[in-house]
Amino acid sequence: MTRFIARIRIVIAAAAVLMIAGMAVTVSAQQVNPTAESVNEQQLLRELNKAQGRGSIPDTKSYVLEQPRGREWREFHEVTLKWIGGIAILGMLGLLVVFLMIRGRVRIEGGRSGRTLLRFNAFERLVHWMTATCFIILALSGLNITFGKELLLPYLGPETFATWSQWAKYAHNYLSFPFTLGVVLILLMWIAWNFPSRVDVEWLKAGGGIVGREHPPARRFNAGQKMIYWIVVLGGGAVAASGYLLMFPFYATDITGMQLAQVVHGVVAVLFVAAMLGHIYIGTIGMEGAFEAMGGGTVDVNWAKQHHSLWLADQEAKGRVKGGAPPAAGHMQPAE
Amino acid sequence: MARMKFLCDADRCIECNACVTACKNEHEVPWGINRRRVVTINDGKPGERSVSMACMHCTDAPCAAVCPVNCFYTTADAVVLHSKDLCIGCGYCFYACPFGAPQYPKVGNFGSRGKMDKCTYCAGGPEADGSEAEFVKYGANRLAEGKLPLCAEMCSTKSLLAGDGEIIAQIYKERVAKRGYGSGAWGWQVAYRETIAT
Repeated sequence: MTRFIARIRIVIAAAAVLMIAGMAVTVSAQQVNPTAESVNEQQLLRELNKAQGRGSIPDTKSYVLEQPRGREWREFHEVTLKWIGGIAILGMLGLLVVFLMIRGRVRIEGGRSGRTLLRFNAFERLVHWMTATCFIILALSGLNITFGKELLLPYLGPETFATWSQWAKYAHNYLSFPFTLGVVLILLMWIAWNFPSRVDVEWLKAGGGIVGREHPPARRFNAGQKMIYWIVVLGGGAVAASGYLLMFPFYATDITGMQLAQVVHGVVAVLFVAAMLGHIYIGTIGMEGAFEAMGGGTVDVNWAKQHHSLWLADQEAKGRVKGGAPPAAGHMQPAE
Repeated sequence: MARMKFLCDADRCIECNACVTACKNEHEVPWGINRRRVVTINDGKPGERSVSMACMHCTDAPCAAVCPVNCFYTTADAVVLHSKDLCIGCGYCFYACPFGAPQYPKVGNFGSRGKMDKCTYCAGGPEADGSEAEFVKYGANRLAEGKLPLCAEMCSTKSLLAGDGEIIAQIYKERVAKRGYGSGAWGWQVAYRETIAT
């Protein structure tokens, strides 16, 4: 009897073992897929346009595993920016050449009077030329980053071009400080004369400055000069802000922010260069008597009468015109 | 010639970071620079995956396209290398790189970057193969000795594969067929404009 019970026990135990084994086989045959709920690369890229996680090194930007937006930035830097810059800068140069051929140099009507008045004092000229010098070097070294490998590299060779580019980069970084200081000083020292007014509307309507033949009245700065002022202040502010983000990489922003900063910096900078080409044209070959305002600081009275009549009247009233009494009304200058 | 690629099987990576350590040691990479790193996505949640990432040696590499001084070149094995003599440390390759591969030693004032450093696929640089000058700038040149990148060679789970693209794709395909699942070849679509059909 005891032996029979023992046998039954063995049979039950054996059956139980078989059942468990059988269950185990069914489970493994069910094809477990541990990736079913795992993160999916294509889904991450589709939804977030990046794959980001956690790493074990202090460099937190390395936690971004993939950022395919880099390809869009590449497209911008290698294609879009080159088109914008090429069209803006070559277009402006072309326009100026055509303009000079059609309009010619704007002469001082009636010739020079021989009497002068101060237009920009020494401090204003110092600030202007500090900013201008920095701007030219910043512009050339900046354009080198975008256009240098096509325009200079084939002629200089890789080593010379890399050495030049390295120094250009240092110059670009360090001269940004005096340039930014210059923009801030320009903002402060000339803002009083640069708010738009009704005179500007009339000036623009009459096609003032060098475009029309008319010489509508203007105060110290006409509407065109006010535009240049605001381009320098706002454009300079934008390139400075975006430039410092690039110069202190990842201090204030992430990879997307760095790409955006470069986009803003590049676009504003090439448009800024194009605008300044126009400014340089008017200040030098485009208009007789204009350069001396920023050169020696004084301008001829007849130049002032032609371009800044309201400002001249104001200065005359304050007795700031040198070289004899103001000419009597109706006094004509000798013909050329 | 082979078309060298990396493939990280995320279903095998156990985030041991041995590839990172091997790389740093083999090339005597300076402090603060990581040519390879492991990133864990959805860390601590069900379905987390770790991926070991370095330069993927892209087809039509974005870094090379945006470099203002053209310091990059592609070898016959399709490995993307660069010259530290030409690099000006502008940082543009980092903005263009989809994988965050370029690294910069911090030198001088502000955030001023030195010469870029990145994974060389253990293939050195423009200097003579195995020369002292090459080692100092780029680390060991294992490829010239007929060896594959150390990170993949010593990966304990064989998650990280390196070698000819077609061969490692075949290994991965067979793996996926055998075990019945696979989360795909991370980065391949972005780097090589192709995926592995499994």
